Amino acid sequence: MESFLERNSFFSHLYRFFDAATPSWLAYLLAASVIVFVLVNGLMLFTMALIYMERRLIGRFQVRLGPNRVGPFGLLQPVADAIKILFKEDLVPVGADRITFNLAPVLFIFPVFLSLAVVPFGERYFLADLNVAVLFIMGVSGLSTIAILMAGWSSANRYAMFGAVRAVAQLISYEVPMVLSLVGVLLLVGSMSMVTIVEGQRLPLILLQPLGFLVFFMAALAELNRTPFDLVEAESELVAGYHTEYSGMKFGMFMLAEFAASVVSSAIIVTVFFKGWEGPLLPSHLWFVIKLFVVLFVLIWIRATLPRLRIDQIMAFAWKVLFPLSLVNIAATAVEVLLWPQPTTAQIWAMVGINWGVTFVSLALWSWLMGPTLRPNMPQLLRGATTGKAA
Amino acid sequence: MTLRTEPVTVNIGPQHPSTHGVFRLRVTFDGEVIQEVEPVFGYLHRGSEKLAEERTYSQVITLTDRLDYVASMTNNQAYVLALEKLCHVQPAERGLYLRVIAAELQRIASHLVATGFLLQDLGAFGTPLMYCFRERERILDMFEMLCGARITHSYLRIGGVFQDAPEEFWPALRIFLHDMPPYIDEYEQLLAENEILVARTKGVGLLSQEMAIASSTSGPVLRASGVPWDLRKADPYEVYDRFDFDIPVGTAGDSYDRFIVRIQEMRQSLRIVQQAVDQLPGGTSVGKVPVRAKVPFFIRPPVGDAYAHVEAPKGELGFYLVSDGSIAPYRCKIRSPSFINLTPLKEMLIGWKLADLVVILGSIDINMGEVDR
Repeated sequence: MESFLERNSFFSHLYRFFDAATPSWLAYLLAASVIVFVLVNGLMLFTMALIYMERRLIGRFQVRLGPNRVGPFGLLQPVADAIKILFKEDLVPVGADRITFNLAPVLFIFPVFLSLAVVPFGERYFLADLNVAVLFIMGVSGLSTIAILMAGWSSANRYAMFGAVRAVAQLISYEVPMVLSLVGVLLLVGSMSMVTIVEGQRLPLILLQPLGFLVFFMAALAELNRTPFDLVEAESELVAGYHTEYSGMKFGMFMLAEFAASVVSSAIIVTVFFKGWEGPLLPSHLWFVIKLFVVLFVLIWIRATLPRLRIDQIMAFAWKVLFPLSLVNIAATAVEVLLWPQPTTAQIWAMVGINWGVTFVSLALWSWLMGPTLRPNMPQLLRGATTGKAA
Repeated sequence: MTLRTEPVTVNIGPQHPSTHGVFRLRVTFDGEVIQEVEPVFGYLHRGSEKLAEERTYSQVITLTDRLDYVASMTNNQAYVLALEKLCHVQPAERGLYLRVIAAELQRIASHLVATGFLLQDLGAFGTPLMYCFRERERILDMFEMLCGARITHSYLRIGGVFQDAPEEFWPALRIFLHDMPPYIDEYEQLLAENEILVARTKGVGLLSQEMAIASSTSGPVLRASGVPWDLRKADPYEVYDRFDFDIPVGTAGDSYDRFIVRIQEMRQSLRIVQQAVDQLPGGTSVGKVPVRAKVPFFIRPPVGDAYAHVEAPKGELGFYLVSDGSIAPYRCKIRSPSFINLTPLKEMLIGWKLADLVVILGSIDINMGEVDR
């Protein structure tokens, strides 16, 4: 308890404040509640900031202005959207499975907040320092797949069902390279705790783990349902995918959770690959926010630029490209860790060189090997798939 | 254990983000793969052909605006050509050149819309669409100078055009001709070499040369399948025989080729506009040379019939007019390219996936105003 309080100044301040007036168990509970309250609302604020930023930036990318009517520079646009969405009629389709239908948005939003619990957002500023934080994040974020399946299934809508089926196939496939890409990090740092991962980075891990970062970033894009992997809710094909039938605040919760998931994923990327809160001069949480917004900017940039892949191409990409690449990354890192268990600075820079070399070689090799198989140049093959057994 | 599976029938449209209007497809899927397609038309049927029988010949021009509402100029052109053929009117020379300029600008605008929406259907979130619309906007501004309207122009009249191009039109056109080629290069670079776009369109929605001819497709869809058939060359109307331009032809007949053919056609259209400006009788002076032949206010064509066709952005657009000697056409039949280009749709779609459906439909580039008439 004492050591935890020492390491977590955020918590200890609050704990001491409440401890003066209440029994220690209540003080503990109160302090934790306050932090949870701050975290949840902070994430909401960041989500609103992201929504505003995304709409403005995409406007700029698309040679138009973006929202600029509500408040100064359109800053209150997310608020206006939220108010509008709260007052919308809440429709439930006639054929819907009501319990599942109503439960899905709630189930969808809570893994997002859960995974935020282990993210350190400043020096000694975190809610919990789990020693299995990476596993926890992976496990919890996998829950959202179930919520999507529930939403799609219970809507009694075929577009929603298509979206749900796609979601299950895609999200589960991308969990595998996502977890594997982090194994290299774990090998280097030797811990699963997010705090230790940040403190254990002598260089930002993107330098040491370029291949791991690329795979993780791609898989994160897929997990977030963002372009070019957004076919779970591909609006030009599936109208709105799994949340086609949702309206009002239930729809709002889906959207909120998706944007919040972008924030949380970016926070994880910042923590694991960009040395988290650490940086010179500025306070640690400011550094964290700056890095967070840089990653978010890249996410928005990608969304504004790329078209969408097709379901078979996405699955092939996960299993034929990302999965083997993450294995290559693990193998290379494992050999290095075996060779230099306690690396000196020179050896770390050698690792950087080797890993970048491995990255370029394996990327070139895989695009040469697998590139042709991802092209849909085989209509006969596709046609063969239908003429066989149907039903 | 084997699970029992069954095909799913989905109604795509009439309200759907990427059916380009109120087109409806009843599609049976085996998983994601299309097994059966049944197109359903008629949600935008306004009876244009019947309405034409109740209007005078000049009033029908406004009806043609509303056929393919992203390419009104060429609709006007096809109707006016048929009418002139019916009445044996020789249009004014300058008017003909202005028609060509308007029609070719319209072709660029229409292809920009087609390209932008194809990319939108491919899932690029609006950005290519907005880039294409940026240039289309300039064309619409120029049309506004010509005739005061941006979408439903009714610019063409029997015997020529409604009015001479105003002074400010020529500088705007010159700047546009100067700016546009780099923009087209930009589209080609940004889009044609994009790995995802290539992966999504190459080989998708193959239309063989035989099938394209057998189903009497026309326009970019036919040319992408490798048939160099362009009415501007095959049956030169107006003054098209005086210009030097190429017909871009595809090789494979897939969605990618249709997309590339449109981009290259924009270049050819720019060439034609440039030549038309150079050859224009009367040059850029306003109101010196007549743009319209003298015709009576109420046109009463002699009894008979006439068919005229033009190369509209989407293919061969034809008007068949029958006159009974009154002030209104007895019959006005429209051969609309969007409708006929949908003929091979089923063959193109079956065996592909749901995501390919919107791409193939987008690459055919239909306009429901023209399909349903």
